[in-house]
Amino acid sequence: MTMAPEGPLAHQQIALVDVLDRLLAGGVVITGDLTLRIADVDLVRIDLRALISSVNANVPSPWEEP
Amino acid sequence: MTDGLRYAYAVVRDTGAPEAALDALTALEGVTGVADEPVYAVRHLGLAVLAGAVPAEDYDEGSLRKRLEDMAWLEKMARAHQRVVDTAGAESCVIPVRLATVCHGDEGLRRMLATGRERFASALDRLEGRVEWGVKAYATRPAAEEPPAGTADTADAADAPSTPNSPSTPNSPSTPGTPGAPGAPSTPSTPGTPGAMSGRDYLRRRKAQRQAAERRWGDTEEGARLVHDTLSGLAEQSRLHPPQDPRLSGISDRNVLNAAYLVRRQDSADFAERVGELAGRTPALRVELTGPWAPYSFTAMDETSGTEGESAGTDG
Repeated sequence: MTMAPEGPLAHQQIALVDVLDRLLAGGVVITGDLTLRIADVDLVRIDLRALISSVNANVPSPWEEP
Repeated sequence: MTDGLRYAYAVVRDTGAPEAALDALTALEGVTGVADEPVYAVRHLGLAVLAGAVPAEDYDEGSLRKRLEDMAWLEKMARAHQRVVDTAGAESCVIPVRLATVCHGDEGLRRMLATGRERFASALDRLEGRVEWGVKAYATRPAAEEPPAGTADTADAADAPSTPNSPSTPNSPSTPGTPGAPGAPSTPSTPGTPGAMSGRDYLRRRKAQRQAAERRWGDTEEGARLVHDTLSGLAEQSRLHPPQDPRLSGISDRNVLNAAYLVRRQDSADFAERVGELAGRTPALRVELTGPWAPYSFTAMDETSGTEGESAGTDG
């Protein structure tokens, strides 16, 4: 992935949180053959739980089928 | 082989050419997927889905559920998914599929294309030639409540909030114990009493500090709004993501804007340049640009500008 071309704005490594912002709340939600809903997953990790709740706060039911 | 589990990454237009000629697949040469597997395409109904064969021991429903509880594993999967999608989308239009979409065999992938046919087709029409840019803004740290020792006269920070460290401050703070009360003792008479300053001066100074801090936070909100409004005007669509949690980002500065903008590919350089200009005009903010990304945040029609960030305000 090409990053920002400008000096002060450029950074080398893509932050995981930026990736997750897009992968967890973006992309076409479509029924695959496995109906995994991440809301069902026992999120034992505090950091992941924080992420999911912050997503949930603003995006209604991001894990449900449309 | 057509049996076994398939992990889907993205959908592209099937140009009708032989498989090797799919731009997205060509771009993916040497790039492997979430299970280090090669990525291939299954074509159906004028569409093609980029997918990989993944082992059942990790990707059947029960296993995947368990795996996703493991942050390290989630990270590996997310990064691989992103790498495939963004590499495939570097030159041509790809429609990312939601993380962890798994089908049974090539037949399952074809069913997925058939089920989502209209949505994929309309997304391809809408997003062709567009890329996503991410812009985040952070409040730079507010002025400290207590000035460091030896810099007593910080009240004048209120006069010049935009140049907090201006060396041209007329009242030099370097002489201890002088401001306002020449005859005062140089050490506090009781603990907690500021030395060399009357109570009224102290309160006045605190008030000025507080007001300066408030003004600065105000500038932060206003700056974030300015950035978002300006960039929304340049972009075809915008979307506000929730501000990032510092526990996840590892960045303690308050995230006041976390937005995605859909921009025509050829306008990317101009867009990045405008972001740089805006960063220069908003000293209360630290602005970060990421991208170009595949249009992850714009795959659903009804999601455009739909989410309200905590602080970026309303947006049409």
